[in-house]
Amino acid sequence: MIAMHELAVTESILEIALRHAAAQNATRITDLYLVIGQWSSIVDDSVQFYWDTLSDGTIAKGATLHFERIPTELLCLDCGKTYQPDSRDLLCPDCHSTRLKVLKGEEFRLDSIEIET
Amino acid sequence: MPQNIPVVEKILSANDKLAQENLARIDAAGIFAINIMASPGAGKTSLIERTVRALSPKYRIGMINGDIATSLDADRAAAAGAVAVQINTGGNCHLDAVQLQSALDQLDLSSLDLLIVENIGNLICPAEFKLGTHKNVIVASIPEGDDKPHKYPSMYRGADVLILNKIDLLPYVPFRMEFFSQGVAALNPGVTQFNLSCTTGEGLDAWLGWIDGQIKK
Repeated sequence: MIAMHELAVTESILEIALRHAAAQNATRITDLYLVIGQWSSIVDDSVQFYWDTLSDGTIAKGATLHFERIPTELLCLDCGKTYQPDSRDLLCPDCHSTRLKVLKGEEFRLDSIEIET
Repeated sequence: MPQNIPVVEKILSANDKLAQENLARIDAAGIFAINIMASPGAGKTSLIERTVRALSPKYRIGMINGDIATSLDADRAAAAGAVAVQINTGGNCHLDAVQLQSALDQLDLSSLDLLIVENIGNLICPAEFKLGTHKNVIVASIPEGDDKPHKYPSMYRGADVLILNKIDLLPYVPFRMEFFSQGVAALNPGVTQFNLSCTTGEGLDAWLGWIDGQIKK
């Protein structure tokens, strides 16, 4: 059984949430709002699986994880088209340019938490 | 009262911070360090063997290897002339800054010029976990197929150097060089690229010359 990187990711999420909650003297964390881009290779179910075990015994036990998934969005620097790339071909579907800018899809952050004090 | 607290923190910020500490340590010792990433079988170990064999007469080389089960790869690097440390990753799918930190503890850094970290064979996540090396090197290979940049964008986004290995197999494998290069150009324009073969040795000199130049910086 290969341990998934979601374990390390979930540990990190818990650490950040507990730290911010402690700064507010929270007694409970009820919700976590995560923003995850499509290109950040994270599986929601795996994070949830590890979360249930890791958060046990902390003030975040039972908190709900909200995943906002951001689809990848690219901007073609030649023709100006904004598009979501195919998983087998990144190039601009209109002009086939390789001059692209990644607008969305690499997000990987904890945006906010809901606490009780 | 329930209240919403803004956090806005990168999820792997703790790892990023530790990676910076690792880099400071490596810099203080005057070492040039690279993190080599690839899918299993792309030729990471062969590339390291070739590199160590060519450069060990001139430089003192340390090698950190994150293999899942065996120490075979570390043994190969040691046989080629490097001081090798094996990280027991316990089945993890990537190396992280914590593991690099403990590996650094096992090396006499003051006695090294070059540090090569061989990451775990995986195209999904290693690029997300910074280690604290100077350059990320991704090794692709002809038999893997020309669609890999398109399918694994985050790995290619995070690379400073791209090595396209096994070019001696080009006549035998359907590989559209243009399609591969378009994917690379889209994700990582201007990345330093070396096309080579660890089997025939073709193209290796350019790669070795690049490392040599980086060590001297």
